[in-house]
Amino acid sequence: MALLNFLKPKNALEEGGRTSAPVQRDDGEPEKKCPNCHKEFPVSRLWANDLVCSCGHHFRMKARQRIQMIADKESFHELYADMHADNPLGFPGYDGKIETVRVVSGEREAVVCGTAAIGGHACCLFAMESYFMMGSMGSAVGEKITSLFEHAVQHRLPVIGFTVSGGARMQEGLLSLMQMAKTSAAVKRHSDAGLLYIAVLTDPTTGGVTASFAMEADIILAEPGATVGFAGARVIEQTTKKALPDGFQTSEFVLEHGFIDSIVTRPKQRSYLTDLLALHDGRAIA
Amino acid sequence: MSGTAYERVKLARDSKRPTGLDYIKGIFKGFIEFHGDRRYADDPAIVGGIARLDDRPVTVIAIEKGHTAKERTHRNFGMPHPEGYRKALRLMKQAEKFGRPIVCFVDTSGAYCGIGAEERGQGQAIAENLLEMSTLCVPIISIVIGEGGSGGALALAVADRVWMLQNAVYSVISPEGCASILWKDAAKAETAAASLKLTAEDAKNLGVVERILSEHGIGKAGFYDRIRSLLTEELDELSRDIDLAQSRYDRFRNAGVSAVIKVQA
Repeated sequence: MALLNFLKPKNALEEGGRTSAPVQRDDGEPEKKCPNCHKEFPVSRLWANDLVCSCGHHFRMKARQRIQMIADKESFHELYADMHADNPLGFPGYDGKIETVRVVSGEREAVVCGTAAIGGHACCLFAMESYFMMGSMGSAVGEKITSLFEHAVQHRLPVIGFTVSGGARMQEGLLSLMQMAKTSAAVKRHSDAGLLYIAVLTDPTTGGVTASFAMEADIILAEPGATVGFAGARVIEQTTKKALPDGFQTSEFVLEHGFIDSIVTRPKQRSYLTDLLALHDGRAIA
Repeated sequence: MSGTAYERVKLARDSKRPTGLDYIKGIFKGFIEFHGDRRYADDPAIVGGIARLDDRPVTVIAIEKGHTAKERTHRNFGMPHPEGYRKALRLMKQAEKFGRPIVCFVDTSGAYCGIGAEERGQGQAIAENLLEMSTLCVPIISIVIGEGGSGGALALAVADRVWMLQNAVYSVISPEGCASILWKDAAKAETAAASLKLTAEDAKNLGVVERILSEHGIGKAGFYDRIRSLLTEELDELSRDIDLAQSRYDRFRNAGVSAVIKVQA
């Protein structure tokens, strides 16, 4: 654990998102290059702008930064933080991989779950973590998301979920595959209880997560330019031996084909979600 | 039962194995096929309709690979498009309306990876099946007869009982795909196959399937007779369950729970 703390990012902003004004690091401000407009920006400036470039490109965001951005200040109470994956199949290299990503991401698993308020409306909130094995879904991720939906049914709360995932986690084999059915069944119960579920698809949302809870929400939103699809683009190219159309498997593509409700940029998400929660009788908290 | 995991994979893929339609003909009487998803098209990779299991009307749905080159091309090698999954769901809802049990035969390397499949929402189609099947109030039995390839197989296997043929495989990803992603080397498929725990015995040990069906006399009348009587027995048993949807929820709810560790604070 001491080693973990040592390797954790030192910058408070990296940990907590936009908690305060950007802090100048004394070892020189690191810069990040935008893959869209190719301009370089000081990281703190991007953080101050919710990791959105002036050209509109949405950088990937850590789960906790996202929660910080979306939830009312100090309203987030984490649930199931103690759960993490075992190596149930004894899959070669999995234990080592988990150790490494835990250090890199500062997370125990690929999703952060809890209760929160958004614009005063109580809800259950989950955000997947791209820095943890690209948000892949194994038994622990499935268990956390299922438990969150069950908690939401019990307390009659809406669920807001930010997805980012490469799909099912292959190192847990069939058990990962079963999480697709397990989470779907929990979503169905929540839906049958008359409760609202909003999914926000972020870059990338693919594979077994697209083919389960990402596509099962009452309202499905996406960030601009995010990859959203089922099969990997390279696999499709190899299978069909055809060139893929421009903008294939992007948020804009799935919007055009009728699979999501709207694209919402990051700076607008909080007020957009607040509005939707208000329209669905979200229980306001004092 | 013997052979390495990868040998099983090859056996499961063998084009001489009975396909979905062979099982339908061998086990049931008077199969009437229904076509189309009522939204876009009819997918020949999924066959469905009503048949009799002895005297009991059942809805039967099968992924069909075909035997000859021509058939296999027509069936898209058993890789369904979204319309196939939507047809399956339409027939399952019809079964629920008329109180018929559902029997599914699963045999696919996976849902088709294509441009049209993505344009028409392959992920959404599978997701909807998982969602809706979880609360259907008629018994569902799914049998993996060859390949059980990932989400494309699971979309017909959110069932009360899942059985596997002894040489069938069921996996989250193909061993070749796994090897090329993890080790950038498709030739390591053998290692991947062993690591993925995809054989019938593995699936049973993991609690993912309830029963392994012997392949003794596969494709012969006696083989189908055996499966017919097992299905009858099991459907009788399931019809006594007063809260099927709850039992099915619990069946999947428990998946992987023992693989999750809770750290001490």
